[in-house]
Amino acid sequence: MTARVTFGKDLTGLEGLRAEQIRTILDVAEPFKEISERPIKKVPALRGKTIVNLFYEPSTRTRVSFEFAEKRLSADTVNISGVGSSVQKGETLVDTARNLEAMRIDMVVVRHGSSGAAQFLADRIASNVINGGDGQHEHPTQGLLDMLTIRDHLGGIEGHRVCIVGDILHSRVARSNIWGLLKLGAEVAVCGPPTLVPPGIEELGVQVFKRVEEAIEWAEVLNVLRLQLERMEAGYIPSLREYNRFFGISVARLERAPRDILILHPGPMNRGVEIDSHVADGPHSVILQQVTNGVAVRMAVLYLLAGGSPERAEAAKRESRE
Amino acid sequence: MSRPMVLRGGRVIDPSQGLDERLDLLLVDGRVARLGRDLDAPKGAEVVAVDGLVVAPGLVDLHVHFREPGDEHKETIRSGARAAVAGGFTSVCAMPNTDPPIDDPAAVGFLRAEGQRAGFAHVYPVGAVSVGQKGEEMTEVGELAAAGAVAVSDDGQPVWNAGLMRRVLEYTKAFDIPVFSHSEELGLSRHGVMNEGPVSTALGLRGIPNAAEDVAVARDCIIAELTGGQLHIQHVSTRGAVEIIRAAKARGVAVTAEVTPHHLALTDEAVRGYRTEAKVKPPLRSAASVTAVRDALVEGVIDCVATDHAPHHYEDKEREFDDAPFGLIGVETALAVCIRELVVSGRLDLPELINRLSCRPAQIARLPAGTLAEGSPADVVVFDPEVRWICQPEEFFSLSRNTPFAGQELVGRVVMTIVDGRSVFARGAD
Repeated sequence: MTARVTFGKDLTGLEGLRAEQIRTILDVAEPFKEISERPIKKVPALRGKTIVNLFYEPSTRTRVSFEFAEKRLSADTVNISGVGSSVQKGETLVDTARNLEAMRIDMVVVRHGSSGAAQFLADRIASNVINGGDGQHEHPTQGLLDMLTIRDHLGGIEGHRVCIVGDILHSRVARSNIWGLLKLGAEVAVCGPPTLVPPGIEELGVQVFKRVEEAIEWAEVLNVLRLQLERMEAGYIPSLREYNRFFGISVARLERAPRDILILHPGPMNRGVEIDSHVADGPHSVILQQVTNGVAVRMAVLYLLAGGSPERAEAAKRESRE
Repeated sequence: MSRPMVLRGGRVIDPSQGLDERLDLLLVDGRVARLGRDLDAPKGAEVVAVDGLVVAPGLVDLHVHFREPGDEHKETIRSGARAAVAGGFTSVCAMPNTDPPIDDPAAVGFLRAEGQRAGFAHVYPVGAVSVGQKGEEMTEVGELAAAGAVAVSDDGQPVWNAGLMRRVLEYTKAFDIPVFSHSEELGLSRHGVMNEGPVSTALGLRGIPNAAEDVAVARDCIIAELTGGQLHIQHVSTRGAVEIIRAAKARGVAVTAEVTPHHLALTDEAVRGYRTEAKVKPPLRSAASVTAVRDALVEGVIDCVATDHAPHHYEDKEREFDDAPFGLIGVETALAVCIRELVVSGRLDLPELINRLSCRPAQIARLPAGTLAEGSPADVVVFDPEVRWICQPEEFFSLSRNTPFAGQELVGRVVMTIVDGRSVFARGAD
């Protein structure tokens, strides 16, 4: 057997993980997928652990996905959500961290509008910190669930061509995808209006397409990012209509592709803006499977950070039956 | 009146007189009385043996923020002036972006009086360019100068209105004071929190491109050329700004420039880990920019080093990177950072470094400083140019601790600082 793959205290991003750690998370997610298909969706792997879901930004999908993952592993969970920024509330993030620490919790899942907020917490508390999305930095569990979904369909990651389309500049999903996919040997490209592609992105090891037609010509997978209305208000693009015309993923564009293209989207979708309904609901869309995989990947991350052994994941899954 | 003092046996470096030799220095009645070999100590004089140490004109910092009035929990004139002498600075120029700003003669008088009362470094006020630093209406520049302001600036913010910059560069000619410019094009820097490049992309932080500085420096140099006013560009951080200043100087424009120790020493890699103590404007730049500003200082395109000492309370820096304020402190580390980055590597020799930290800045602001010529004010720094020490912010005299150099080894340390013939700082042997 190879040496056991171990994990640090926290998961703040995929940039800091090694390829074998990422592979291990995806492998551990496999047996956990099945738990969600059972009538009784619960195993005792995290019994007695207390987990706080600390969401400074509104989120439905990610928070609910984490909460299901935690509950299906039998953890005790508390949600702190709907809060504005800590600054508006008057309590600083460092004080929040100290208060959580004082309550002797085991893990924190944090979603925050500022890049680096997850790292900030991780540096200051002994509990495990999982980044549920920090500003424009990373959203590692989204990156992992995207990779799990790609692997399910293409049989692997290495050597496959994935293009991330849309607002790369402001996207934490893009960054986590880039780091994770590159580490597992994929070829990665980005495509979007030049105002929304950050300078120096090539130095991360990706190629840049200016036109979405070129991206479609090249890619086997498109990960289509949500375009936020604020980007238009801030002057990055002139209008949503124009965005859809030049960068939207439509059936007509995909029909010209030399191959079938797998369509991912981290949600929530703006139908008719970055993605047309016929594509979102079409035969090559795996968007709902991403959501399903999200729970399994988050179970894997929680399990591994809590000290669970990768080799025992299958056994952990079976415990409830015995 | 203080006792006469003899500094005996030191290496006297005074670029204003082209001196670099082992000499004694006699200070009497707050003035330099004599420089020479084996001077007789007058009766009652204090004799200090400074063998192996450098004796130089006190350092001059054209750019400090002492936060008083308004933010005395970050720094006061007294604490700042005390930190300054601990770092070897005997004259400092205090920026006007306090609360309220230094935009009237009474405020200028307050700053001067507090500086004198503190009795450490000479504190020279810099008045605001615009009333309330709002960038609209010009202050009573003549009154400010008459009250003791040595320059005007809206530092903290750029003078965004080109028309106002034109008027102030014209008007200050009547009073023979320079305009210090924080040159930043807000349309290119707004919302940015660090240098724009691969590091900002990886960290997901919003970037400030070099162009935000280059565009503003170019505008200011062109207006200086139009008006003939004396322009001083603060904290130059980019290759583009260097080239623009070089070209302006070549055309005979009256422009001078400063660079900070942190822009000479650090790149934007220092931000990794979301280290808010490295959050500063202009932002720490790429390695290529660091090379460019070092070369420009050596070459003389950049005239001097100034710290942009910007104290912040630890609570303000202990937060999310986006929400932390810009700025870091520098007066207590500047000399040692410059020796490490410039002298140890052989880019500048010690006399030229002292020129850039003392003589040149004194000339730019027309301060009675930067020389040990007989009859000049007895402002002197004595330092060990070779001692290595670890930067420990908890030992600082500043009320603030926000330095990106914490834990780093620095080279060269002030042993004694003399202002107007009085020893105002002496470091005991460790």
